[in-house]
Amino acid sequence: MQWGSASEFFAMGGYGLYVWTSFLATALCMLWEVLALWRRRVAARAEQRAALLGGMDETAT
Amino acid sequence: MNWSKYSAPQAFYPLAGRLIPWFAVVAVALMGVGLYMGFFVAPTDFQQGESYRIIFVHVPAAWMSMFLYVVMAIWAGVGMGLNARLSFMMAQAIAPTGAMFTFLALLTGAMWGKPTWGAWWVWDARLTSELILLFQYAGVMLLRTSIDDMRRADRSSAVFSLVGVVNVPIIYFSVQWWNTLHQGASVSMSTGSKMAATMLMAMLIMTVAFWLYSIAVILARVRCIVVERDSLPVWDEKLAVIQEAVEAR
Repeated sequence: MQWGSASEFFAMGGYGLYVWTSFLATALCMLWEVLALWRRRVAARAEQRAALLGGMDETAT
Repeated sequence: MNWSKYSAPQAFYPLAGRLIPWFAVVAVALMGVGLYMGFFVAPTDFQQGESYRIIFVHVPAAWMSMFLYVVMAIWAGVGMGLNARLSFMMAQAIAPTGAMFTFLALLTGAMWGKPTWGAWWVWDARLTSELILLFQYAGVMLLRTSIDDMRRADRSSAVFSLVGVVNVPIIYFSVQWWNTLHQGASVSMSTGSKMAATMLMAMLIMTVAFWLYSIAVILARVRCIVVERDSLPVWDEKLAVIQEAVEAR
């Protein structure tokens, strides 16, 4: 273990901005991709359901 | 076991659904291990200090950007050869994740370049060819959305991605073929690794984690594409209930 304290860890030997931007950007991209896929799945299934129900009852809400 | 039956979207859809949680769980667990090793076990680099730790996302992202392109092109080629719908869907599902990793490789590369070279960006062969890879992914995706007819869109983007494969060896060998500012390969098939064992281990664990993550999100995207393209009913219990209601009427 090379870190004496938490602030030393976050400073990353003076390279904190570069190191943490890299890791944060990667994490955000992955989280965004998972969220976007989840929303896409919800939308696709809603459309599929609407297409099925559409033939059943036009007045149904 | 007859694996060929899974080439039908109807059979593949539930299989993918069962596989996704396993890939996702192992990917998250390995990311935890890889990050722990990368930040708490791997030593400080004697030349670059702590800035080198960007390697634990940069190299896995860059490897995935190239690997996913090749896999996408293979599925595109299989789709062309066998005229298989699911193969084209796989190729379609891979492109966004590949583009994301290409973007991340470039972004984390800039974050590493600034403190070590003094520049966010240089037009050397490695960086330029990787930027072209990003444009190739964008081209594959734009070509698909610009063509309304699905079969033509599949074939056109397949041809585009197959032609673009030539860039992948160019990216990989660019550091040998040209005099680049970008450093040469730290891990090579012929000479082995030039890194400390714990650094290498953390990097490889992160690579496997990114790989499994990619499989999970690509399978999830293929499932979306199957629903969007075919709108085939009754693959899922809730929809089966609706289907019964439709039939009972």
